[in-house]
Amino acid sequence: MSLNGVRTAPLVRMRQASGSEGDGAMAVSLRESVEQVSDPRNLDSSVDEVFQMMLGVNCRRESVAADTRQSASVTAVVGFGGLLSGACVFRSGQEAALEIAAHLTGMEFAEIDDTVKDAIGEICNMLAGAWKGKVPELAANCGLSVPAVITGSDYDLRVQAPEFQLHHLYRFEESSFSVTIVCDGLQ
Amino acid sequence: MSEIRALIVDDSSVMRKIVERTLRQAGLDSLVVHEAGSGTEGLDVLRTETVDLILSDINMPSMDGLEFLRQIRAQNLAPGVPVVMITTESSEEHVKQAIQSGAQGYIRKPFTSEQVKERVLPLVHVA
Repeated sequence: MSLNGVRTAPLVRMRQASGSEGDGAMAVSLRESVEQVSDPRNLDSSVDEVFQMMLGVNCRRESVAADTRQSASVTAVVGFGGLLSGACVFRSGQEAALEIAAHLTGMEFAEIDDTVKDAIGEICNMLAGAWKGKVPELAANCGLSVPAVITGSDYDLRVQAPEFQLHHLYRFEESSFSVTIVCDGLQ
Repeated sequence: MSEIRALIVDDSSVMRKIVERTLRQAGLDSLVVHEAGSGTEGLDVLRTETVDLILSDINMPSMDGLEFLRQIRAQNLAPGVPVVMITTESSEEHVKQAIQSGAQGYIRKPFTSEQVKERVLPLVHVA
């Protein structure tokens, strides 16, 4: 797919940052590459990458029919800003969160404490970074927020008329979690 | 092996511990670690401590990693000390900005201990 002008974005932005904006600055858009950006395989490979490299475990994707959203007790959110706005949302139950934190840190946890929340936030941060890194134009033109972590399940996440949404459920060992990419704006 | 003093800057305490553990796994057994949760805290550490290596995240509240790097150079803190950015940001632009700001290495999260070994150890003359 032709993405005319998008690849020049990093250099254009660097020139702007250094105060020497070039006349040849071209409009950057991800509109033409929405199929590439929303490719569900990018999310699967991002989850594989993060869990294999940082936790040393393999994940398998499961049907969303087995979704555990209702019982999710830990939610981490990393926002996207720039040419794509939206969020990467990680959700899991307590046991999965404790197991993920244990694998990541090499420590054992009995409850959702600040270290577990920090670990889940970092997992979400790496998932968001890995996902946007799959599309170079997205990597260069989309920033990440610092992670926010929410505990509890009595909430509903709703985005009005998203551009696209990916919602995948994964299992590793005996635990499951979901990852959702919500895009509510694409320039 | 002689002692290596490292400053690890990341707003996540978990990630600071993971970076430390990975450095040890990569072969830096004699490691003394100073931690900072932001660029501002990192500068404070460098005003009082001598280090041989700096590893910093980019996306951090208060002062991000790139500004931290610029301030290190501007204030002539830790002259000649190698800085490696460890971050989820992987675009060519971020790498260029980091190198232009004075970083000697760039590691994208998630990372393996092999990547850390290849990119960090030569900077502290341990290969």
